[in-house]
Amino acid sequence: HNVQDGASAGKTLPERVKIVEVGPRDGLQNEKTVVPSEVKIHLIDMLSEAGLSVIEATSFVSPKWVPQMADQVEVMMGIHRRPGVSYPVLTPNLKGFLAAVNAGAAEVAIFGAASELFSKKNINCSVDESLQRFEVVTKAAKEAGVPVRGYVSCVLGCPYEGKVSPDKVAQVAKRLYSMGCYEISLGDTIGVGTPGGMTEMLQAVSREVPVNALAVHCHDTYGQALANILIALQMGISVVDSSVAGLGGCPYAQGASGNVATEDVVYMLHGLGIQTGVDLPKLMDAGAFICCSLNKKTSSKVAQATCKL
Amino acid sequence: SWVKIVEVGPRDGLQNEKTLVPTEVKIHLIDMLSEAGLPVIEATSFVSPEWVPQMADQVEVMKGINRRPGVSYPVLTPNLKGFQAAVKAGAAEVAIFGAASELFSKKNINCSVDESLQRFEEVTKAAKEAGVRVRGYVSCVLGCPYEGQVSPDKVAQVAKRLYSMGCYEISLGDTIGVGTPGGMAELLEAVSREVPVDALAVHCHDTYGQALANILIALQMGISVVDSSVAGLGGCPYAQGASGNVATEDVVYMLHGLGIQTGVDLPKLMDAGAFICRSLNRKTSSKVAQATCKL
Repeated sequence: HNVQDGASAGKTLPERVKIVEVGPRDGLQNEKTVVPSEVKIHLIDMLSEAGLSVIEATSFVSPKWVPQMADQVEVMMGIHRRPGVSYPVLTPNLKGFLAAVNAGAAEVAIFGAASELFSKKNINCSVDESLQRFEVVTKAAKEAGVPVRGYVSCVLGCPYEGKVSPDKVAQVAKRLYSMGCYEISLGDTIGVGTPGGMTEMLQAVSREVPVNALAVHCHDTYGQALANILIALQMGISVVDSSVAGLGGCPYAQGASGNVATEDVVYMLHGLGIQTGVDLPKLMDAGAFICCSLNKKTSSKVAQATCKL
Repeated sequence: SWVKIVEVGPRDGLQNEKTLVPTEVKIHLIDMLSEAGLPVIEATSFVSPEWVPQMADQVEVMKGINRRPGVSYPVLTPNLKGFQAAVKAGAAEVAIFGAASELFSKKNINCSVDESLQRFEEVTKAAKEAGVRVRGYVSCVLGCPYEGQVSPDKVAQVAKRLYSMGCYEISLGDTIGVGTPGGMAELLEAVSREVPVDALAVHCHDTYGQALANILIALQMGISVVDSSVAGLGGCPYAQGASGNVATEDVVYMLHGLGIQTGVDLPKLMDAGAFICRSLNRKTSSKVAQATCKL
């Protein structure tokens, strides 16, 4: 892949991009400070007001493992659901799925990995075993009429295995898609990917899953996120995951950043003439609010630039 | 494929840092950057020390650095007087700074764009006679803190003037970092109609986090020279506390990941970044540096 060959620059970009806001779940889950339920609820409500159409609300994992998400039920019951907005929740297994539906969830998410070692270390089973577990969830979800979003971790590199084969990613994505996930989000979990690797990976995956069912979930740990997102857009991707204020550091590189900031993604997309439905000033308000509550500085460059002018 | 990195940390970077840095530290930084394989390192600026105290030790720095063979150490020269002082101090390459915005030119150097270009023509004439290469910079190519939007055609004209008067390369600067890839593509299309693309460079600021995406699209359009600053030194003077220059480490990481050669040794570059950050008592603005040293 020769980036300087001029072929990519003229590619048509999507007119519209759907942003999947993962701050309240993925973001907060990776923040050290445990945040009160009212704050979580208010954050989600502010994000709804800002025009985001998908907001990952909470996670139905055991509170023992993830104390930050212990108030999963209160959050689901407390948020103000805006019409047309989806509030997916994580469900690692059937038990979590049933609890989620019981608490009012209308969409769920399941997390696979493209690396065997990562799967073992993270959820203590092989990739295959995890997929079997997920099939139990997708079956139940189908019966209940609940859409399921699939995630694949470590698509551009693994903290344990190092390099990850694009074909492995494609296979895991294909399994998730075949078992009923309507969308597969491809996550550069440790943010090591660069645009060449992103291209190669998307080429492999889009041979198995239609490109309009794919999303990218880029981490900004090495500052590569927006460049990786740009190249994904050039390849036809039109769904991008991000986290308000860049919430959620990287658990594998202490002190380093993790999720890409929604404000920075929206700034780029709007600058490119791509519609998102997001009101950037209102989004920045939500970011300012949660940073105040967490007593931390925003990781969004747009937010840093704007509030100082 | 190959990209030439123009390292502006010691000049553009340090000039925009509040802390005044001792001469020995500047010299050591430049020497470390030479060791890291950078082919061009902007060493200092021959402006009046009244205006830019950080660059008051311009002559000592030029005399003190260890010049690595094959590496260029350009210096800024705002006018003929500065040029002559630079050559006297041993400079073999100089840089001149124009702007694509009238208001910015007036506020920054107290004259119109045209007047500044006339002033620069004196420098390029003298440089030609002295056999000294001149690099031209255009500021505000994707937006101006005073005028707002900037026309790509205006940028193209200023670039063309600088190129015609003898600059071997024109660096296009997104001074306040507001640009996004669509604007960058549009800009480069306009400018490359007037100046050959292999004589163009991009100087992206990361104030809004857009720098690497803008650099990527520039690469896709045939640009092969990129300016950056070790550790992302140099904040934005127009948005207090916000970031400015893009970090060389992050640019190199992306280029190497793309299979593009730069000649840069990333670990040695990070050492230089760590050194200057310690001296400035500040955290690095490079994400690669933040990620790596914590693992």
